[in-house]
Amino acid sequence: MSQPFLEVKNLTVSFPTEDGLVRASNDISFTVARGETLAVVGESGSGKSVTSLAVMGLHDRRSAQISGQAILNLESGPIDTISASPDVVRKLRGKSMAMIFQDPMSALHPYYTIGDQISEAWRLYNDGDKKAGIKRATEMLDLVGIPGAAKRVLEYPHQFSGGMRQRVMIAMALVNNPSLLIADEPTTALDVTVQSQILELLKNMQKEFNMAVILITHDLGVVAEVADRVSVMYAGKIVEQAGIDDIYYQPDHPYTIGLLNSIPRVDQLEGRRLIAIPGQPPSLISLPAGCSFRSRCSFSSQVPNNLCATAVPDLDQKISGHFSRCHLTEDQLKKARVSTGAVL
Amino acid sequence: MTEPILKLEGLKKYFESTSGGIFNKKKGIVKAVDGIDLEIMPGQTVGLVGESGCGKTTVGRTVLKLYEPTEGTITFNGQDITHLSAHEMKPIRAQMQMIFQDPYASLNPRHTVGTLIGATFEIQGITPEGGIKQEVERLMERVGLNPEHVNRYPHEFSGGQRQRIGVARAIALKPKLIVADEPVSALDVSIQAQVVNLLDDLQEEFDLSYLFVAHDLSVVQHISDRVVVMYLGKIMEDANKHDLFRAPRHPYTKALLSAVPVPDPKKSRAREKIILQGDLPSPMNPPAGCVFNTRCWKVQEQCRVEVPPLLQIGNVQMGNGHRLACHFPEPA
Repeated sequence: MSQPFLEVKNLTVSFPTEDGLVRASNDISFTVARGETLAVVGESGSGKSVTSLAVMGLHDRRSAQISGQAILNLESGPIDTISASPDVVRKLRGKSMAMIFQDPMSALHPYYTIGDQISEAWRLYNDGDKKAGIKRATEMLDLVGIPGAAKRVLEYPHQFSGGMRQRVMIAMALVNNPSLLIADEPTTALDVTVQSQILELLKNMQKEFNMAVILITHDLGVVAEVADRVSVMYAGKIVEQAGIDDIYYQPDHPYTIGLLNSIPRVDQLEGRRLIAIPGQPPSLISLPAGCSFRSRCSFSSQVPNNLCATAVPDLDQKISGHFSRCHLTEDQLKKARVSTGAVL
Repeated sequence: MTEPILKLEGLKKYFESTSGGIFNKKKGIVKAVDGIDLEIMPGQTVGLVGESGCGKTTVGRTVLKLYEPTEGTITFNGQDITHLSAHEMKPIRAQMQMIFQDPYASLNPRHTVGTLIGATFEIQGITPEGGIKQEVERLMERVGLNPEHVNRYPHEFSGGQRQRIGVARAIALKPKLIVADEPVSALDVSIQAQVVNLLDDLQEEFDLSYLFVAHDLSVVQHISDRVVVMYLGKIMEDANKHDLFRAPRHPYTKALLSAVPVPDPKKSRAREKIILQGDLPSPMNPPAGCVFNTRCWKVQEQCRVEVPPLLQIGNVQMGNGHRLACHFPEPA
């Protein structure tokens, strides 16, 4: 792969509050190339949405403190969406980068027809009258698999089911052929049968438009199905980043190992007791010194000199292309995987 | 043979749908639950699954008589409770409890945890051994909460801890049956496992029966002994979990299971998925014949006209039977 389309470098987003500074996302770096899907996995409050909203330039700069870079390598040259003016970023949104959200009900305007909403996005960047816009919207609905597109383009959001609304959202996001698509929990609100329709659609659309895709999710099953690479986030930091198979078969961070152990699996019928991760994530206002995961980690006692309590581990490359933020050695991690029965 | 703790026969729950305008014109009838037969044995967990709108939540609520059933009978612990009044239900409610999905909405924000859990005793007029306060603290400890937090309010707890409060309240009166409606779906993955394990342990300790209503088949598979698959108010298939997950016979069950994402990239790539076309039809106007015929990939002419009965195909002994409603089932 040549140059990645998006390069995020040391991105930090914090929100000042009465109780103190909330470090929602902390020193995040990653890249995504065209045709590639990066999954960002983590629990609520781990910073996955905050990071992507920063890339899209959607934070209110009066309440969010943002530093670092998010560089889009456009044909016309690179642009950093963090330092660029709001006007410049607004012109990139919808055209070079687009986003779909979890809740397709609240993301669509109830008073306008589907056709109006899709063509509005298209007419921002294309010359054409309203009629041309509706024609384009009909093509898009057809492309995302909505039957009877010519008729449905004139209907309102409430006339669509949840799955169909998510298809509309995808049609709207793709109408200007963006190079980067950020999908924030796109299937969380949907039933499994509809979820597999939408995941299939996203995969096909990625091929069709050769997009870079960032998929934000908490569902490790969905990740296994669509991602090429994975970033695991915990308490605002990336704790592990690797290719899809490495994450599942050789997890290199106790949190990832813990997550994989704690999920029930439809492919394992024999009654294995779930190994829960004890406790809960720390408050982002008063992060503990050292490793944020330490209080829930069952292996930190193996690290000498109480290092986990004093020093924040770096995101080290332990094996080629596999990064992990942990003080444990590769040997100790291997034992951790085996002792918990995490991997095969 | 042991008697089932809960027995549903021909249970129906219809809702009248109105236009909502000033004239409140009747628009139609939503057949949320349309003739369900179901038994739960003591100590058994029955998982009830299906897509949103299939009626699984309505079954759970009708069982507890939070909804008045339209037709059919509910037998709890040998007693017909179908038409009991709210007053007559009160002593029975001590034996059947519910855990709700949303731990934020189901706890009164103005009451302390102690009051919330203690209220179950006050409502039933029961004084536990050692007094309510001591029993509340014991319960909190049992579900993994710090008893020192007895005077805190719900907002001071995380989602997982709140769900533990809900669990403590449900087990306070040592019920025989708990209806759990999506009890872990609002929780983060790492917290989900804690609550699932807690429910497992409590079942063993108190010999509880669970009716576990959920859409997440991985969780249902883990916790259930038997799984019932619903579609548009009807049971499509009902079997012990090993049979159901290893060799589903109903095309809908098969499609549903194939759609569940597996957290294993290699298996996921190798798996063949059955992608169902379209959405659930409106329960106000269900298709004629088999309700699943509009999305079924095996549909034949017969399916469009004739409703397939729910037939027993397995060994009925001790709830190991396998029931199926399909004209053209998958081979065993």
